[in-house]
Amino acid sequence: MQRSNSYIFTFVVALTMTCAVLLSLTYESLKDKQAANVAFEKRQFILTTFMGAAAVGAMKPEEVNKVYDEKVKASVVDFNGKALDMQPDELAVDREYKKPIEERLLPLYTITGTEGLEYVVLPTYGFGLWDNIWGYIALEKDMKTIKGVVFDHKGETPGLGARITTEEIQNRFEGKTIRDEGGELVSVTMMKGENGGGDKSVSAFEDKPHKVDGMSGATLTANGINDMLGNYFKAYNNYFKQQSVDKTASN
Amino acid sequence: MSTAVEEKKSAPSQPLLGKKERQLLSDPLDSNNPITVQVLGICSALAVTVQMKPAFFMALGVIFVTMMSNFIISIMRNIIPGRVRIIVQLAVVSTFVILVDQLLKAYAYDVSKQLSVFVGLIVTNCIIMGRLEAFAMGNKPFPSLLDGIGNGIGYGAILMVVAFMRELLGSGSVFGFKVFDALGINYIGNGVMVIPAGAAIAIGLVIWAQRARNGMVESD
Repeated sequence: MQRSNSYIFTFVVALTMTCAVLLSLTYESLKDKQAANVAFEKRQFILTTFMGAAAVGAMKPEEVNKVYDEKVKASVVDFNGKALDMQPDELAVDREYKKPIEERLLPLYTITGTEGLEYVVLPTYGFGLWDNIWGYIALEKDMKTIKGVVFDHKGETPGLGARITTEEIQNRFEGKTIRDEGGELVSVTMMKGENGGGDKSVSAFEDKPHKVDGMSGATLTANGINDMLGNYFKAYNNYFKQQSVDKTASN
Repeated sequence: MSTAVEEKKSAPSQPLLGKKERQLLSDPLDSNNPITVQVLGICSALAVTVQMKPAFFMALGVIFVTMMSNFIISIMRNIIPGRVRIIVQLAVVSTFVILVDQLLKAYAYDVSKQLSVFVGLIVTNCIIMGRLEAFAMGNKPFPSLLDGIGNGIGYGAILMVVAFMRELLGSGSVFGFKVFDALGINYIGNGVMVIPAGAAIAIGLVIWAQRARNGMVESD
């Protein structure tokens, strides 16, 4: 049956409105719950960088919150390493990323144990092949050795670039150092090609402190990781330097 | 995607689940299975079957979406203008898919991350649009609802079988439970089963087994 154009328009508008209202209501009612999930995941990520995925995975949600509240202190520094009077929650990492590196406000998470400062964790943000990637990097208190990393992404290819979220890839960064012997910042680079995966990939780069094995078929995502790491190590560099100076002075 | 409308005329005084209704539910499980017979919805069947847990939630999502969109489209079938019917179907399907995605994000966050883009891609799952065009547009709401459930389960069942084979052989576990470790067997996961090629092999085996049982042969 042929219907008039005005009928079709009315029908389509009514349908669209109904769907829109339904979806808005759903979003509004689930928004808080979803935000809480994301916030909790962030806590898990930060703990994972220095405790390992297995340990954090075995923890109950209350334990995650307890350990996080005990050990992690959040703060914000500027490009010169000066501590600012604000909290990371007030910042949007993606918006800070778009600013010139000197003007960025940088969230920082310090992990303290019984013997004072243990690690610093920095959030990072960048672009992979298709969409945003982000991560958390834990450095030892020498401010140059990587304790552990966590990466996440929005739309990298499953099975290829999306492998950055796996422990297998993240383990490759452990123990690498971001400075050369003269103390200059060199970052850590993920190479092209892959040496067999798993332990083989780790051992192939054992004697190369600034390089990690690549991901076969995901060189462009790896490039994104490299840009992201280089960019943020540079941004936090003044803070790192200051920390090392402070420590030598107080010794 | 078949565009022929399967007309099903049911007499008014039938029991709730008569023979025809039961058939609507059971046909897609075997002789008219969307994956193994119609070979629809293969993309997601390859992608989300590495482990059983995400496959299970994916199956639930697809069952919900086929069921609800079949039902709603069937209710509206006489007022949908023919010239824009595909886009209307798409709007309804997308609404339900976004609903599923939002619910997963709120109540099963880790699963929603594992399924990532594939929840959104339910929209393009040929099974759903296929059933809307071929069935819901020409049948009453209740049979359409059953047809949606049947096809969703038909899809979900294959998904679970494939995921079972892949997780067991690829990672040595079932629903994350390490079967071989529990039995004290030192099992090294088969890497092929973890990658999508493993799913193609597993689905091929399922199709073979089903055809051998039903005695189906290709006509050339």
